[in-house]
Amino acid sequence: MSAAQQHCVIVGAGHAAAQLCASLRQAQWPGRITLVGDEPGIPYHRPPLSKSQLHPGADASLQMIRPAEFYAKQQVELRLAQTVQSINRERRTVDVGQTKLPYDTLVLATGSLNRRPPITGIEHPRVFSLRTAADAEALRDQVQDAEHVAIIGAGFIGLEVASALRKIGRDVTVLEMANRVLSRVTSPAVSAYFSSLHREHGVDLRTGVSVSMIQEKEGHLTLLDGDDSVVCRADLIVLGAGARPNDDLARLANLEVNNGILVDEANRTCDPVIFAMGDCCNQFRPLYQTRLRLESVQNAIDQAKIIAAAICGLPLPAETLPWFWSDQYDVKLQIAGVSAGYDECILRGVAKPDSSFSAWYLQRDRLIAVDAINDPRAYVLAGKLILRGARPSPQVLADTGRELKELLSSETRTS
Amino acid sequence: MARITYITPDGQQVVVEASSGSLMTAAVQNQVDGIEGACGGVCSCATCHIHIDAAWMDRVGPAGDAEAAMLELEDGSTSASRLGCQVPIRPELDGLTVRVVGR
Ligand SMILES: Cc1cc2nc3c(=O)[nH]c(=O)nc-3n(C[C@H](O)[C@H](O)[C@H](O)COP(=O)(O)OP(=O)(O)OC[C@H]3O[C@@H](n4cnc5c(N)ncnc54)[C@H](O)[C@@H]3O)c2cc1C
Repeated sequence: MSAAQQHCVIVGAGHAAAQLCASLRQAQWPGRITLVGDEPGIPYHRPPLSKSQLHPGADASLQMIRPAEFYAKQQVELRLAQTVQSINRERRTVDVGQTKLPYDTLVLATGSLNRRPPITGIEHPRVFSLRTAADAEALRDQVQDAEHVAIIGAGFIGLEVASALRKIGRDVTVLEMANRVLSRVTSPAVSAYFSSLHREHGVDLRTGVSVSMIQEKEGHLTLLDGDDSVVCRADLIVLGAGARPNDDLARLANLEVNNGILVDEANRTCDPVIFAMGDCCNQFRPLYQTRLRLESVQNAIDQAKIIAAAICGLPLPAETLPWFWSDQYDVKLQIAGVSAGYDECILRGVAKPDSSFSAWYLQRDRLIAVDAINDPRAYVLAGKLILRGARPSPQVLADTGRELKELLSSETRTS
Repeated sequence: MARITYITPDGQQVVVEASSGSLMTAAVQNQVDGIEGACGGVCSCATCHIHIDAAWMDRVGPAGDAEAAMLELEDGSTSASRLGCQVPIRPELDGLTVRVVGR
């Protein structure tokens, strides 16, 4: 079959999907593209949902990844507000409502699902989670009349929501089960910095607290811990308890799944005509010599580009650097690389409010990640060093009297 | 309304008309190659790096602190560098030409 007769079906109309449509057409792929998404609209940027777009009065219009005209012009057939219920791998069809949609290539881009911790009463209508535009709209509406908001979970989304709500003067309590904030993604030093940042902005932040029940009493919600003691009261609750890969469809179709849909370096699943990309997949990364499942815009975009190349029969792009950012109050955190598995963390600068500093993560002397706080220079430089497999000198890293640029020429250890 | 000409990394000229947004959003909306705007325009990713035509530098203005810090060590960075997301479209920019640096 010629490429022009091929039909590529993409499941999930999110960040990765929008990029795949763009990359396929940019490479002049002539086949038919159908995008099936269960949300009502075209793909949009999710990051602002927990940042600039949360407060009532903010410009809440969604930021589209590509304008609506793009899909028409690039001949992408949109099936929005439609869910793929199952995949028939033998017949190469997917079930969408009553329709059996045939595919030659299937791309799973189903994203992730918010975790719902086992809390009695979690179904209360004033308990919100945040993943979609609809979630954000519902939350924004309710925030208007709420005085006190409790946030369960101090990950990025929980802390960004805390920051957005403090900006509009709500009382905010953040409850984290672990003994520090952002515990899954950063070092104790950086966690400590973000804890003080939030406390200084008036957040009642409590770690080591596990909520097990939510009850409504006299119009308020009461959060209780495992001993039935009252943790706090709130008018509404936001869940920020992390996410899990949305790999249910793949599991149902007997594709290999283990914390995400397993894919090879071309983002192919164990079925050669089915690919997976973005939050829902798990891929071996040569740079880190391990499998990673990342939840980031960067990962969605770069994996879409890999799949576009694979579908077009072009050489796969070189491995790219994982990166991420988070905006809280006036602080911009930029992360280059992935710090999991580090054995040495070197702070450059002082981790205190109103300063900029960076945390450099080494694994057996090799630089694997940097958290840069209000320090874009460190972020950009780190990206280059990580991709080169650099072993920067800890002395130079820790000494703010020495220019970071030195590291580009002398990246080996002196000790 | 401003007419902006983007010269893509492979030398194509794309003329775009826009009345709002930034040099990044105007490019993304018109599929200008080499401008990605991955972070949505919050000066976090540098995937909208452009060079401003020398004659226009005064009117466009210099990069802000955080933007300049992002650009300093970026590949292809020069004194003409800006991040498109940090340059709002305004009528005075009508006729501007920018070169897309790309990655
Ligand atoms: C509030 C919030 C803030 C964030 N902030 C940042 C940030 O600051 N920086 C950053 O890098 N990343 C951030 N992220 C993460 C980033 O948005 C995701 O990593 C990215 O969107 C992943 O893209 P994706 O295409 O894999 O999945 P998504 O963009 O999540 O898209 C998946 C889509 O598939 C749909 N879908 C699922 N199953 C089906 C089905 N069976 N049929 C049809 N459709 C289906 C889903 O409804 C969804 O629309 C944030 C995410 C959220 C929710």
